[in-house]
Amino acid sequence: MHANNGTDPHAIGTKLPAPEARYDMVVVGAGPAGLTAALAGASEGKSVLLVDENPVPGAAMGNDVPLLFGGRMTTATQNAERMLETVFMSEPMLEAAMEAGIEVLLGTSAWGVYRNGTGITGLPENVVALADKDRGWIVGYNELVLATGARDLAIGFPGWNQPGVMGAAALERLLAHYEAFAGKRVLIVGSHDFALETALLAREKGVEVAGLVEVRSAPQGDAALAEAVRAAQIPFYLEDAPAEAIGGIDGVERVRLRSGAQIDVDTVVLAIGLVPSIELIDAMGGKRVLDGARGGYIPGDNAGVTCVGDCAGLADTGFDHVEYRMEWARELGKLSQPDTIICQCEEVTRADLLGVQPPRYLDRPAPMQARSLDTLIQDGPPNPDQIKRLTRAGMGVCQGRRCRDQVAMMLAMAANGPFGSVPLATHRAPVRPLPLRILADWEESEDMRAGWDVWFGIPTQWVPYRDIDTPREREHQTAIAEGWSL
Amino acid sequence: MTYVGMPTPSETPHETMAKIAGTAARMKVVIVGGGVSGLSAGWWLARSGAEVTVLDKGIVGWEASGRNGGGASHYQSPLFEEEQRMWPHMDALLGYPTEHQQERLVIAVSPKQLNQYHYLAKMNNDMGYRVDLLDGDQVRAMVPLAGDNCLGGMHYRFGGHANPQRSVQAYAWTLQDLGGRIVQHSPVTGFETEGGKVVAVHATSGRYECDAVVVAAGPQIQGLMAKLGVEVPLAAARAEMIVTEPAPMMPIGGVDGNGLYGRQTLRGNLAYGGGPHEWLETFEAGPPARPSSPLTRNLARRVAELFPKAAHLNVIRSWAGIVENTPDGRPIIDRMKDPENVTVVTMSGVGFGLSPASGHAVRDLVVDGQCSFTDIKKLSLSRFDGIGADWREQRGWQPARTEIAA
Ligand SMILES: Cc1cc2nc3c(=O)[nH]c(=O)nc-3n(C[C@H](O)[C@H](O)[C@H](O)COP(=O)(O)OP(=O)(O)OC[C@H]3O[C@@H](n4cnc5c(N)ncnc54)[C@H](O)[C@@H]3O)c2cc1C
Repeated sequence: MHANNGTDPHAIGTKLPAPEARYDMVVVGAGPAGLTAALAGASEGKSVLLVDENPVPGAAMGNDVPLLFGGRMTTATQNAERMLETVFMSEPMLEAAMEAGIEVLLGTSAWGVYRNGTGITGLPENVVALADKDRGWIVGYNELVLATGARDLAIGFPGWNQPGVMGAAALERLLAHYEAFAGKRVLIVGSHDFALETALLAREKGVEVAGLVEVRSAPQGDAALAEAVRAAQIPFYLEDAPAEAIGGIDGVERVRLRSGAQIDVDTVVLAIGLVPSIELIDAMGGKRVLDGARGGYIPGDNAGVTCVGDCAGLADTGFDHVEYRMEWARELGKLSQPDTIICQCEEVTRADLLGVQPPRYLDRPAPMQARSLDTLIQDGPPNPDQIKRLTRAGMGVCQGRRCRDQVAMMLAMAANGPFGSVPLATHRAPVRPLPLRILADWEESEDMRAGWDVWFGIPTQWVPYRDIDTPREREHQTAIAEGWSL
Repeated sequence: MTYVGMPTPSETPHETMAKIAGTAARMKVVIVGGGVSGLSAGWWLARSGAEVTVLDKGIVGWEASGRNGGGASHYQSPLFEEEQRMWPHMDALLGYPTEHQQERLVIAVSPKQLNQYHYLAKMNNDMGYRVDLLDGDQVRAMVPLAGDNCLGGMHYRFGGHANPQRSVQAYAWTLQDLGGRIVQHSPVTGFETEGGKVVAVHATSGRYECDAVVVAAGPQIQGLMAKLGVEVPLAAARAEMIVTEPAPMMPIGGVDGNGLYGRQTLRGNLAYGGGPHEWLETFEAGPPARPSSPLTRNLARRVAELFPKAAHLNVIRSWAGIVENTPDGRPIIDRMKDPENVTVVTMSGVGFGLSPASGHAVRDLVVDGQCSFTDIKKLSLSRFDGIGADWREQRGWQPARTEIAA
């Protein structure tokens, strides 16, 4: 009765291509943890591919990929060759890795991991998707090691959406790896270990540190580190918080604290927390768990995938990072105005986020204006993906790298629940913004081309209703189906 | 509001709304599924005065209804003219923005595509729906992102597109404003029947008494209807899309072609899908995951070919949705004989655009027993009477490889 004889030429079948290359082990992230894992693999005789997205192209850094650079990188970051050199210079283990026979690809991002499982069975095998500045491709693996590190946690306050507000991890990268920090005098927000280390590093690199601002009544980090900061004559502004960053066309020039103090700086460094980079795990549908002592959401137990270094979770020192950042979020929220921007890409204000209002290019008729997060919460716990779709917060080119965590915190606070009571906004591939022409498979198989259709390739579906069950039906079906494999 | 390329309707949507007001007063209707089909039906019924409760296993629009291309130009459907009549008025009727935009362009980058589009243009013009043919230069004048590779195309002087997620929420909110109830995180688990009717619907959140039931649960319709002894042949599959960062706004955002469907959003993003689907098992509790595949790369290539001047734009996200298909790919919109107060609506790949019309049809079936504005007999379930148990195998519509546990 049916023409296809048991095969659907337009189904995925075996059309997805085999990987270009296969490795016993693929390691993503060439920091110390990734390098150590790669070297261990190589010493066991495994074929190992080690990729790292650094140095990221200058344009991507402008989009705060992968860290919150806040526009404070020098033009040296535009010079790709120099950047590559500095990465090598700053990480001696890279040379050892190459000598050990590891294939090392820098400037190469892993933007997705695809595995057969529930909801997808058409892959020839499990693959990692890669891209460099010229092209995208996929590779197969037996073992996948993620060593993607941790990224900056951003929490907004008035004036944070201008050049000169950056993250501590980004500052560390610019200072210690690229020698490309454009600021001179910084104010650090937060006082836990990483904030203290950042202060000391900045000072060592000749950057003036105007102080550390701490919302709690005492420095939060390791006592010896705090003592070292004090000894370096760097002041703590305790029980205080940045109320506003004030600036001009080049960004930040001054910060006003809640206490009224005014501090002249060109850069505000957010060092409230680091978030383990679980984008790939999450986008592949892997398991994750919430652990406040290890920096928030961290990878769970995922067969075939090993996470090492900071992406597996920050070192547990007994400090509750999540509780600490919620405290900051509450305080900075109080200091914020209705028009304080939360999502920089899409320019979503705090009022519009909490009001669940659409962007300004849409009308807001009376019923729309009457809606808010409160009315939505009456229908069930807030879902960040739903709120994102309505307000566009997190829908921009940075895909929420800058605002995801603070939106999650705001929603939890609005719902009067703990941080984990609100689901995490989903990550999807590509986990890095990548141009169409780079992502594109320009070597598409004949199978894929021939099986391509706009929709499902069911000819009966598109026959005009009046012609169904008439002699014209077959004519349409044939003509429509002939155009397929577009 | 303009109503281009189409016969003039005899009545405005506002007049229709006035006409139906009060026709279902005090009727208790439970709707299973808060996608666009269920929500639109709920809206039409609430406008008729019914007491509507929508039950969803998750949040509204979380499945296909919030993950689709937003296209609304379904000339093959008996609901087409109603779709076209309603959409330009939906923002005003619902009171919330849907981002609806009119007209579509379909452009070709290969001779084969151009042939296909010429056929479709003629097919539409024969039906009285105006489609203009364009040559490459005309396309380039209208579509700033098109390139030298464009051979021509067609301009639908009808149809359009809207924002699926905003539209879902608009239906849901307006339904609440009319007094309807939406109960989320509340999967329906069974039905209570008495005298050939469903008298109550059971969900995890409780028992809901009803005079009528609408089953609009997407792929899960099959399992739910089986509980009532009715067989609805459906096969679920995954379809994928990608979206770029914003591009400069084009005068008509509804441009597709090159084997893609999709649109430029009002923000400027290019959101496109197409290509091979993957047949899947249907999970009674809904899909445990909705992964994308490396098809993302093939989609990226086709978008770059469609819009060479946008090839430098960043892709920022990919996603997938699960959509159910009947054996002929056409919708089922039908009121059952037994239990006689149950109406089923499954729309396959065209349910978003047609939702303002499918809701009207469902309202008519629930309240009057028949559709008032068009003939939908060929969309009845009985056309599959006696279909063999192996209909999926016959079509090759089974999962590609054996399901592997995650
Ligand atoms: C990638 C993609 C692109 C598409 N593009 C277009 C397009 O451009 N134009 C177009 O018109 N259509 C398009 N479609 C198709 C369109 O999305 C669907 O036809 C439409 O959304 C179907 O709506 P629905 O309400 O019938 O089903 P769904 O959206 O699937 O909604 C069903 C609802 O039922 C709920 N449910 C399931 N089981 C239960 C239960 N036991 N209890 C309670 N609730 C339950 C689900 O949670 C869900 O919310 C596309 C689909 C996909 C996936």
